[in-house]
Order: sequence, then structure tokens, then C-alpha cells
Amino acid sequence: MRDRITAFLVLLPSLAAVAIFVYGFIGQNLWVSLTDWGKNPAQALALRPELHFVGLENYLELFTGFVDVRFRQSVVNLIFFTLFFMGGSLGLGLLLAMALDRGPKGEGFFRTVFLFPMALSFVVTGTIWRWLLQPQGGVNVLPTLFGLPPFHFPWLTTRQQTWVFDWNQLPFYTALAVGLTLLYVAWKAHREGERKRLFWSLLSSGVLLVWAFTLGRTTHLLPYPEPHGFSLALVGVILAAVWQMSGYTMALYLAGLRGIPVEVLEAAKVDGASEWQTYRHVILPLLAPITLSAMIVLGHIALKIFDLIFAMAGLDYAPTDVPAIYMYLLAFRGNQFAKGAAIGILLLLLVALVVIPYLVSQLRKEVRR
Amino acid sequence: MRKWFLAIGVALGLSALAQTGKLEIFSWWAGDEGPALEALIRLYKQRYPGVEVINATVTGGAGVNAKAVLKTRMLGGDPPDTFQVHAGQELIGTWVVAERMEDLTSLFRQEGWLQAFPKGLVDLLSYKGGIWSVPVNIHRSNVMWYIPAKLKEWGVTPPKTWAEFLATCQTLKRKGLEAPLALGENWTQQHLWESVALATLGADGWNNLWSGKLKFTDPKVVAVWETFGKVLDCANKDAAGLSWQQAVDRVVQGKAAFNIMGDWAAGYISTTLKLKPGTDFAWAPSPGTSGIFMMLSDSFGLPKGAKNRQNAINWLKLVGSKEGQDTFNPLKGSIAARLDSDPAKYNAYGQSAMKDWKSNRIVGSLVHGAVAPESFMSQFGTVMEIFLQSRNPQAAANAAQAIANQVGLGR
Repeated sequence: MRDRITAFLVLLPSLAAVAIFVYGFIGQNLWVSLTDWGKNPAQALALRPELHFVGLENYLELFTGFVDVRFRQSVVNLIFFTLFFMGGSLGLGLLLAMALDRGPKGEGFFRTVFLFPMALSFVVTGTIWRWLLQPQGGVNVLPTLFGLPPFHFPWLTTRQQTWVFDWNQLPFYTALAVGLTLLYVAWKAHREGERKRLFWSLLSSGVLLVWAFTLGRTTHLLPYPEPHGFSLALVGVILAAVWQMSGYTMALYLAGLRGIPVEVLEAAKVDGASEWQTYRHVILPLLAPITLSAMIVLGHIALKIFDLIFAMAGLDYAPTDVPAIYMYLLAFRGNQFAKGAAIGILLLLLVALVVIPYLVSQLRKEVRR
Repeated sequence: MRKWFLAIGVALGLSALAQTGKLEIFSWWAGDEGPALEALIRLYKQRYPGVEVINATVTGGAGVNAKAVLKTRMLGGDPPDTFQVHAGQELIGTWVVAERMEDLTSLFRQEGWLQAFPKGLVDLLSYKGGIWSVPVNIHRSNVMWYIPAKLKEWGVTPPKTWAEFLATCQTLKRKGLEAPLALGENWTQQHLWESVALATLGADGWNNLWSGKLKFTDPKVVAVWETFGKVLDCANKDAAGLSWQQAVDRVVQGKAAFNIMGDWAAGYISTTLKLKPGTDFAWAPSPGTSGIFMMLSDSFGLPKGAKNRQNAINWLKLVGSKEGQDTFNPLKGSIAARLDSDPAKYNAYGQSAMKDWKSNRIVGSLVHGAVAPESFMSQFGTVMEIFLQSRNPQAAANAAQAIANQVGLGR
């Protein structure tokens, strides 16, 4: 009992601090996002601003308002950035780790070299890569060293987009993606023989897909078509981010590879597995937990990205916008605090979407032990 | 232990006593612009040696970072004694309407500033019967820069209208100059826009746009975007990656013929690039805007609840005085807001700008905070992005009008 009291007393200060400075402020931010703070300039920066409750109006405006087209493009950018950044870092990290795992000469040296970028802050990385990606310098003049003509890829300055889709199709695509994911879950449940899970996932996926192809096609968020797509200017940003973080995934994978018991590999060899088969069926499955934690870490970095883009392209360049940058613009330049807060809450939800399932599954594992 | 408490107590007590002799000046003038501010502070210290001046600068061009810091301080109820702010709507639309500033009309009367500053400027500083800040300098936005020797080589003259500009542009393109107009990142594109708009709408039309009398969806304003689109076709394609200095460099290196930029460019070309104003490089009002001076100005205001009010008022008096302005501006590369400043202290560009300042019609700049509140200005960047992405004048006009309605422009 006394132990418990002491433990409680020791924890109390940090509990109180977290309650106020983390959850309290999240709560306040949520409240602000539901008000009209910033709609009226006279109220925006008054000493004691009078806030009025407006419900979800700010959120609605962000997703369907005429002038917030930039927010929607920033969301699209964020999704593409996250996908490519995670894919690139994981893929490159795994390749580097596999190369180093074979124990080449100077392994220690290369390991340090590949890990170094992680020691830099994103601002430094961004500045370096902005110089490297100047349209008439850096990477583009590299071929001239070998007597070849220079590249003309405009990197960060391009306004081109590919994979353009109409924002109005978003409900359709979302339902399609979720429906297909559920279908995959159903297939897995079928293979594992879990009847109940199979039934529910099949049912919900069916409902979603039917909705997508009937009502989903005619649900329009906006009264006019609004094209959004993957802006090619992001390629440069992704390149810099992958450069910075692939060393980190390499280190994780290398530890994972080194942790695989030799017996398992030898057993595979005895069974006559080719090298490819060993990777495919033995090593990669054993690395899955590492991939998952790497994805969580990279995912939340990607969703919160701000400083890298700030340093590489500045705040005013829409083709590389992400929600965090738009939030800064709205709140601190445009005095639209409520809308900024709404974006903050959306970002929090996004990160939560990535992190909470992971935490829950980890906790469950611990309880099982 | 007790000794320490005693020491801290004494220190706190002393600093409380000394508080009466402090002045905190909040600005974004560091780096190149630092010496000008320091010279002004030195002058202040000569006059009021007992006052300890705290020079609180937050770096970042055009105050991008400083403004955010200022907002958090003001919201937290901790205003500096005086702060730098772009004169006009950037001050009025953010701070005056929120009732955070003191009216300076009596100070203006007492110091005779109503006569010392041109009426057009005082109008921009006024709102609801009050005058809200003291302008320390004047920059001009609508200036076109070029290298006379190069133009002679190409056989062209500086165009007087945008139609002429487009014709000149075609001539130069035929002569192999890929991008006759040098352009930089987003805000410099907005800067170019305001010169095109001023030329197309005229001074009255420009003012009506900001008072809400002229709608952005009016065919006349849509025509601004059409001309702007054609002008952009004369510019370099990698604009988004260039700073304004790099855009100026293109002109100096002969990769472009013209650049539209504020007159801080004069300081950059003469001081950093070491060219002689008037001979090595020259300037003209941007096409179609001769006789109009589109100005922007840094000014200082007096926030309510300033801890050292009297010291701040003394600072404002110095900022508005002839001596103060003639100390500050030659170093900053701007001209004095007063009409009676001494031309001998300024270089060739400054003298020519001073002449125009006295004789031209004065209007305010959009991009640099004079005519529209921050809520509009910050979203105008989005309008620009919509136009650059779609190249659709009507879409840009609709977006601009939607934002104007949303923020209540001109109300």
C-alpha cells in the first residue's frame, strides 16, 4: 500500500503536467477549432477575443469551401509524400542493410556514412537539397562532369501534376480503397478459418463497394470539378527525405538481419531453398515486426513534415504544400486561428490513425505475455 | 541558501526600479538592415542617455517570423513598448480594429507631422478618425530595373505601357533572349501583379478595389489577370526557385532585360553588385504607372498597455523627426516619409525617388501591407497559386472576390 502511495506521489507531478500541457491544450485546440475565431478581424487579435461556437463549419469549409482549394491539394500532397517517402526509405534501407549484411570491406565506414544524414536536422537537409536541386546547378549539371549535356528537369520549380483526379470522386475512391482492404481482410480470415471475421468483413466490404459504385459515383462534394494530383515538385522533397531517413531504416534492418538465428538460415539451406526463396519465405517474414515499427516512425514523421519543406521550397509555394504549412499560413499570417486549429486537429487524427492501432497491438502483446 | 534568496530578491527589486528607464523596440531589422536601426537607436541614446534600449529583433525578410512572434506576445498580453509594422492596413486590419493600438492624432498635431508628411500617406495611416502609426521610411513598389548598355545593344527602349512591353518582349525573344522579364518566387510574382493591376486600373480603380467599390469579378479586373498572364509568358520558367536577388542578377548578367521590383533593389545593385546608379543601371516607373508612386512604409505604433509608454512616445517623436529619418534612410536604402528631408544625404536613386515622392499621386501597395488586411493578403498568395496552376483569369478573379467577401474587404 505504501509503495503504491509513493508511486502515485512520484508520478503525480508529471501526470499533472501532461494533463495540463498536453491533453488540456489539445482540448483547448479542439474547442477553438469549433469556434469562429478569426472570422472577424476585430475579434481575431483582441485582448480577450470573444469566441462563438460554430460547430463543424471550419472543417466543412476546409473540405468543400471555394478558397480552401489549397488545403485539399495539400492533403493530396501529404498522402503522396507519405506513401513515397515510406516506400523509398523502407526499400532503400532494406537494400543497404542487405548489402552491408554480407560483410563487405569497410562495413563500419559505410554504415556510418549511410547513417550520417539522420544526424542532420531537416532544415539543414532542406537547405542543402534546395541548392542541389537548383534548375541550373547541382544535380542538373552533374552530367557535364562527364562531358554529357546537362539535365533540364526543373525539380522544385515545376507545376506539373500527374495522376490527376477530380476531388468530387474522393468519396468513390475512399470507399473503393476501404472496401478492397476489407476484402483482403476477409480473404485472410477465410484462409485462417475465422468464420465470424470473414462474415463481418465480407459484409461491410460488400456494402461499401455497392455504395461506391451506385451512390458514391454521384455524391459530389463540390458543385464544380476540381482537379488534384501528385505534384512533381514533390519528387525533390521526397528525394531529400528519403536520403535523410533511409540510413535509419538501414540500421533497423541491419539489427534485424543480424538477429536472425543462423540455425534458421542453415535449416533453409538444408531444405534446398534458393537465396531468393530464403529471403522471400524466411528473412522477410522475420523482419516484419521491424518493418512495422519503422513504418510507424516514418509515418508520423511524414505526416508532421513541415521544416523540410519550409527550408526547401518556402511557405508560399503551393505545389509542395502540406497541411502543416497551410496551417501556419492561415493561423499566423492570416489570423484565421479557428481554421488553423481545425487543421491541427485533423493532423492529430491522422497521426493517431497511424499510431494508436500500433500502440494497442503492442499493449495487447504485453498483456498476453 | 538564504544568501542566494537575498541576492535574487535584491536583483528583482533593482530591476523593478530600473524598469522606468527601459524601452523595448520590436522589429525584423537584422542583417543588412540592422545598421540603420542601430544608428537610430544611437541617436535615441544621445537624447535620452538614462534609458536602456532593448533591441528585440526577430529575423526573417518582410517580418515573416517577427509577425508570428508579435501575435503570440500580444495575445499573451505582453506587448512590446513599440513595434515595427507595415503602415496601412497591415496595422489597421490586424491591430487597430482589435483595439490594441493608441490613437496618435494628438502626437501628429503636436509635432506638425500633418504638414510634414504628404496627405496621401496620412490617409493610408488613418482609420475611423484616428492616425495609428508613425512612418519612418518609404519604399516604392512600381519600379522597373534595367541595364541601359544592354538595352542599347538589343536596340530597345524601356516600354511605357504594358502593350509596349509585350511588343518589346516579342522583339527580344526574336533576338534570342529566352525570358526578357526576370521573375522570382511567389511574392515577387504578386509584386509584379500589383504593378500590372495599377497600370490597368489606374490610381482610382486601384483604390476602389480596396475600398470594395470595384469588384474583383468586374471585367476590368479580370483583364488585369489576362495581361498578367501574357506578361508571365515573357518571364523565366524557373521563377519559383529564385529569390528576388537572383531575379535581379539575371538582369545584371544580361539573361533578362527587365525586372519589376521594389526600390530596395537599388540598394542591392549599387551596394552588393557595385554598379553605379543612373549610368551602369537605370530605372523607370513600371509600365503604365508613371506619375503614380505605389508606396510601402515601415512604421512604429504605440500598443495599448505598453510598459514604458513615455519612452515609447519619445521614440516615436524621434522616428518622425527630420533628423531621425535622415539618419535612418540613407543607410536603409529608402527615402524619408517627410517632404523636407535633405537630398544631399541620399544617392542618385534616392534623389530621383524623393522628387517623385513630392510630385506623384500616392497609392499603397498590396503585397507590402498598405491597402489590404493580412487576412486578405495572406490568402492572395493562394489566388496567385490558383492562377499559376490553371492560367484561368476568371477562376483567379472568382477566388479573389470570394476571399474579399470572406474577410469583408473595404468594410
